[in-house]
Amino acid sequence: MTAPEHLVTEEEEKAIKAELPEIFSRFPRERGSLIPILQAVQGRFKFLSPGAIREVAKYLDLSSSEVYGVATFYNQFRFHPPGKHEIKVCMGTACHVAGGDIILENFERKLNIKPGETTPDREYSLERVACVGCCALAPVAVVDDHVIGYMQPSKVEGLFVQFEVQREKEKREKQAKESAG
Amino acid sequence: MAKDTKIIETYEKLRGAARKRLEAERAEGIPSIRITMSTCARAAGAEETKKAIEDVLEAQGLNARIISVGCLGHCYAEPLLIIDHPTTGFPPICYYNVDANKAKLICRSYLEDGDPAFEYVLGAMEENDLIPPVTTFPRFSMEQRVVMELCGLIDPWNIDHYLDKDGYSALASALQMEREEIIEIVTKSGLRGRGGAGFPTGKKWKFAFEKSADGKVVICNADEGDPGAYMDRTIIESNPHQLLEGLIICAYAVGADEALVYVRAEYPLAVRTIQHAIEEAREYGLLGENILGSDFSLSVRVFQGSGAFVCGEETALIQSVEGRRGMPQHRPPYPVEKGLWGKPTVVNNVKTLSSVPPIIRRGADWFRSIGTEGSPGTAIFSVVGNVKHPGLVEIAMGTTLRTLIFDICGGIPGKKKFKAVQIGGPSGGCLPEQFLDTPIDFDSLTQAGAMMGSGGMVIMDEDSCMVDVARYFLEFTQKESCGKCTFCRIGTKHLLNILNRITKGEGREEDLETLRQLAEDIKKGSLCGLGKTAPNPVLTSLRYFMDEYEAHVKEKRCPALKCRDLIAYYIDLEKCARGCEACVGSCPVEAIFTTKGRKKAIDQSLCVKCGECMTSCPPEYDAVVKVSPPELAPIIERPPDQQPKRAMDGADS
Ligand SMILES: Cc1cc2nc3c(=O)[nH]c(=O)nc-3n(C[C@H](O)[C@H](O)[C@H](O)COP(=O)(O)O)c2cc1C
Ligand code: FES
Repeated sequence: MTAPEHLVTEEEEKAIKAELPEIFSRFPRERGSLIPILQAVQGRFKFLSPGAIREVAKYLDLSSSEVYGVATFYNQFRFHPPGKHEIKVCMGTACHVAGGDIILENFERKLNIKPGETTPDREYSLERVACVGCCALAPVAVVDDHVIGYMQPSKVEGLFVQFEVQREKEKREKQAKESAG
Repeated sequence: MAKDTKIIETYEKLRGAARKRLEAERAEGIPSIRITMSTCARAAGAEETKKAIEDVLEAQGLNARIISVGCLGHCYAEPLLIIDHPTTGFPPICYYNVDANKAKLICRSYLEDGDPAFEYVLGAMEENDLIPPVTTFPRFSMEQRVVMELCGLIDPWNIDHYLDKDGYSALASALQMEREEIIEIVTKSGLRGRGGAGFPTGKKWKFAFEKSADGKVVICNADEGDPGAYMDRTIIESNPHQLLEGLIICAYAVGADEALVYVRAEYPLAVRTIQHAIEEAREYGLLGENILGSDFSLSVRVFQGSGAFVCGEETALIQSVEGRRGMPQHRPPYPVEKGLWGKPTVVNNVKTLSSVPPIIRRGADWFRSIGTEGSPGTAIFSVVGNVKHPGLVEIAMGTTLRTLIFDICGGIPGKKKFKAVQIGGPSGGCLPEQFLDTPIDFDSLTQAGAMMGSGGMVIMDEDSCMVDVARYFLEFTQKESCGKCTFCRIGTKHLLNILNRITKGEGREEDLETLRQLAEDIKKGSLCGLGKTAPNPVLTSLRYFMDEYEAHVKEKRCPALKCRDLIAYYIDLEKCARGCEACVGSCPVEAIFTTKGRKKAIDQSLCVKCGECMTSCPPEYDAVVKVSPPELAPIIERPPDQQPKRAMDGADS
């Protein structure tokens, strides 16, 4: 698995590269730091860009493929930039029994992407996660780090209406500001 | 080490200072409001509730101290408040399902007018004559809390709260004992590892102790990969210091100078909580150089696991800390001989380590008096699924499944029938009704074909399909197999393919025998516990729910009406109310149309079987019917003027 390079622009890679040395400096330069470094990089940029992987490899004296090999082994690491809104649908046991797959399907249909993907406008990304620890509220979705319990297909619709309203509002505010300024 | 009164003195000074600070707070006589703020409570709206309380206090000029606590384990009742208003004469009172509005009402009524708002009360937290105490409810009284005793009652972000409850006194006593003495107590207590396998903890420590080496390591395993369990996370979020205390005692006993808490990165709150606790302990001299003035030093750090189930396995976990792919290694050598960076390493689960301080404090015999001969102590389960009072439950080992599910957790909601209980997650199995009287302990569960495993427990009613559940777990283990062993990698893939086929109605009769054969082979041919136990969900369901497999294979029918390829929804025209539109808007794919008789019908070619129409159909009509096999649904022609809008607009944007 490699990153979809087309999603990451050159400017973005440049901006990422500029911040990496500071992140690296927090960790001893040894093999055992590999995963913590990858986590810190992802924590900052939300994903591991191809350029970042190359830099991590250089820093730790490993090959890029070695770093990819480790990173792809773990579910936590992402190789594509997430959307502005991150949607995670719980596929844990309790949520499965309560119909989590139906919720996931609703998101897939609505966004026209599969889990692990981001919409082309980079507005939304969709992921499946295992048990977020709120099984008593199954089925559960996590939207922008906010856990929503007792999900239903109709709630999926409602969510997007909310996003739409929010977007409209932002647009209006921006316009108002522009016309004022 | 000889008896060293200095250690006890240092400890007592710490505790005394902590008590003084809390005492000063209490002396002010202002009410305290404890609010649960664990992940599950937040999901249930605890943040909004807290905000509402802050607002009402501010607006009304009321004086009260808000304390965020962890999880009480009563997830069905979140968010929970415990208000202690000493000047009223009432005991501390627990309120349940407190949303923002209720919170405002309760605060105004109780804090302003001294009326505790009885309609929202769950119970009193202490015995008294005024309000029935929560201890009269089975969900409280039948539990026995050793590890979770303080969870939800103390502020996990304030070490004083733990010290006030004699926290770290076990460490102080341990530091005065000979190392062998501690190991002896733990051995005598009969404590077995709570990470799944149930290995005797004392024995593990002894191995590590006897190994002479330059440095030794203790790792707390909080990877908790079971996709339906969250005990370890909750314990860390609710009382991190008890875990740390156990970890330090273990390190001292085996002679380690380095310790690690391996927490899943998906648990951000737990990560922050344990990091904060480590800093506090360091500040208080309970970690770092010369702990409590003794000559024992220990450094602890947190390592974030990155979400691979197999990394819960101890050798894979160590690989990942070393910066490699988390592949399990051949044992022996066991980690206690050659673990992290080649050093002797003790790996223990969160619950195992959290059991240690009470054992040191109250003795091995006390611990043995709880639970059974072979499995002393308590077990903690996250009981979820089709059950009235889901949440975390800590019970004495040996309690039967029936007591746990029906008496403590309230049984199955609605008028549904119990079908099965899944124990032990992906490594465990599904047990049917005839096993309800099985005592919960390591050996009985293994004998029944399930496993103590991680402590995940999912209760399933008649609407759950056992084939689908087996398929679900297989899908999980198949994805999580690290790929090292052929049997695990390819065998689970085959198993999954067959199960997928069966749930799609494409099963063949010989499949059932193949499943069993393959499952046995995978068990035998795999290196680590993942492969060895992955077939368990399949084997137990084959054993106890053969009739369901047969219905899927022979009749292409899902008796529980769960497998979506084998069911169909239709609308009973007799029951459907003319002109009612309730279901139309609920359908995400515009599959519902109006018939010539102005009733509704479902276009089977578009239906995605999400069941929304069934939910939205008003109960007085109850016209939507689910059937299996799908051929049972009558076919109704969709009139040309009733075509879905999307289809007419062209492609969906
Ligand atoms: C596939 C697999 C996953 C495991 N996951 C966990 C886990 O999430 N947490 C845990 O404590 N032990 C887990 N274990 C068990 C560990 O290998 C190890 O036995 C345990 O951490 C030892 O601690 P204990 O003696 O306190 O139980 C897992 C084992 C296997 C084979
Ligand atoms: S299974 Fe979804 S929150 Fe636990």
